[in-house]
Amino acid sequence: MALVDVHDLHKRYKPDAPEAVAGIDFSVSEGEIFGLLGPNGAGKTTTIGVITTRVRATSGRVVVDGVDVRAQPVAVKRRIAVVPQLSNLDRSLTALENLTFHAAYFGASRRERRKQALEILERFGLSGRANDSVNDFSGGMAQRLMIARALMHHPRLLILDEPTTGLDPQSRLFLWDTMVDLRERGTTLILTTHDMAEADRLCHRIAIIDHGKIIALDTPRGLRRLLPAEAGIELVLETPADPAGDYAGVGGVARLDTDEVEDGRWRVRLYGEGEGLADEALAVSRSDGASLVELRRIEGSLEDVFVHLTGREMR
Amino acid sequence: MNEARAVQLRAFYALCERDLWVTVRHEPVAFLSQALLQPIFFLFVFGRVLPEIGAAGPQYGTTLLPGIMALTLVLTSLQNTALPLVIEFSFTKEIEDRLLAPLPTVWVGAQKMVIAALRGIVAAILILPLGELILPGGINLDSANWIGLIAVWLTGSIAGAAMGLLLGTAVPPNRISVAFAIVLTPLIFTGATFYPWQALSDLRWFQVLTLFNPLTYVSEGSRAALTTLPHLGTGWIALGLAVSLVVFGGLGLRGFVRRAVD
Repeated sequence: MALVDVHDLHKRYKPDAPEAVAGIDFSVSEGEIFGLLGPNGAGKTTTIGVITTRVRATSGRVVVDGVDVRAQPVAVKRRIAVVPQLSNLDRSLTALENLTFHAAYFGASRRERRKQALEILERFGLSGRANDSVNDFSGGMAQRLMIARALMHHPRLLILDEPTTGLDPQSRLFLWDTMVDLRERGTTLILTTHDMAEADRLCHRIAIIDHGKIIALDTPRGLRRLLPAEAGIELVLETPADPAGDYAGVGGVARLDTDEVEDGRWRVRLYGEGEGLADEALAVSRSDGASLVELRRIEGSLEDVFVHLTGREMR
Repeated sequence: MNEARAVQLRAFYALCERDLWVTVRHEPVAFLSQALLQPIFFLFVFGRVLPEIGAAGPQYGTTLLPGIMALTLVLTSLQNTALPLVIEFSFTKEIEDRLLAPLPTVWVGAQKMVIAALRGIVAAILILPLGELILPGGINLDSANWIGLIAVWLTGSIAGAAMGLLLGTAVPPNRISVAFAIVLTPLIFTGATFYPWQALSDLRWFQVLTLFNPLTYVSEGSRAALTTLPHLGTGWIALGLAVSLVVFGGLGLRGFVRRAVD
């Protein structure tokens, strides 16, 4: 079942400005991690803004959990939470108060919100800082606290805007684990990112947005297949001489490269889409007496796909 | 009351609770110094020093006190919406968590006004004991009309907070210091704060000019409620306050919603 349904969304900020969003359609299934990828200014933030009630669509329809965003924004706010890219924590309050007051906005009782806030601070490794002012928090800590705050009212949809930008590797890994954990508990996630590795690792499906339109929408693997010339297999062989000749006869190979990676060790790349490519190559390697060190599939990276689709020009 | 409305009211109440908590627990000193330092000096210099050196009459304090209370009420209310809004919309983005709370956007703006007005009223009340301490003759509340005073202060503080809401959302952040200078100084000095309005009859153009300042109606209303001095007619005071409330309330809330939702 779709938790978020975006239909023919258009947004123009000023009558004479170009459309920031020029007809976007997608839906996010319940329990899915959905990625929005795109260069700066592509329309990601506007799209997120409409879903979170902060941007009024020029036309089109967005429905979250069966509720129309334009008609019933308050009902939508109860179902969603947003973790922005930059800290918007309440600087007049301590970490604990940031959580308890947020829960109070959503109607939690005093006892309930305190208990839950303490639990969640513990889970996010912040219990030692509960009574500290958030002004002194590092970027990673602020980020964790914002996620903790977002979870205080049990949203069905959590939206993260470039969540790992500027985080150290530890914080990033923690965040990735948290996102997977949340999904397992039934929360649906939408995240925008520039980080291809992150999108590839976490997202079930990814929409690539450019110039206000979705130019590709598929699973990470499906997107990588958009670069056919980059698909194939790679073998590393222990053999004294260039094995190129042995592999020339493998069926379905569009291109063949070999190079000597170190003394007596050769890398063979067979580009092509054939199903039996790996089996055939393996058979060749067995018959010619070379010993196989490594065999792996070659796929274009998501970054290659992204640049292929959106161009190299800077925005 | 249906469930949706109950959720919205609870959110509204929780936002108020957060603001009161911050005022009392985290920044009481900041609030009091911002609200009271300027009126203390006005009272001391104009109400005590000037009469003592013979530059003002001995009864000047009676005229001055209601004006200073009105000034404190309006300015505190105005600053408590304008300054936080500029900071929260442009720099800290703190407002975002409130805008995503389960209540209509316009209520978030109204809530800011309620708390700012409350701060203004508390500050204005605190002027009474300060007046007793600072002014040579103390204060005399024998002829006070408390109902009238409450009505003037409620409308005056909300109107002041609404002016702040408009200022805080309409002015781009890089111009806010200029906007404050341009708005606040004329507001302070054309608001019948340091002089009763009736006494301006020989300076007709200035008397007419002061009628465009909402503070004039709060000052004159406070003077009418607290003293037996001559003042602007009560009907005009009521009209001036009502117009200020409606005009600035409407513009302020509209400005807030426009700033909050693109």
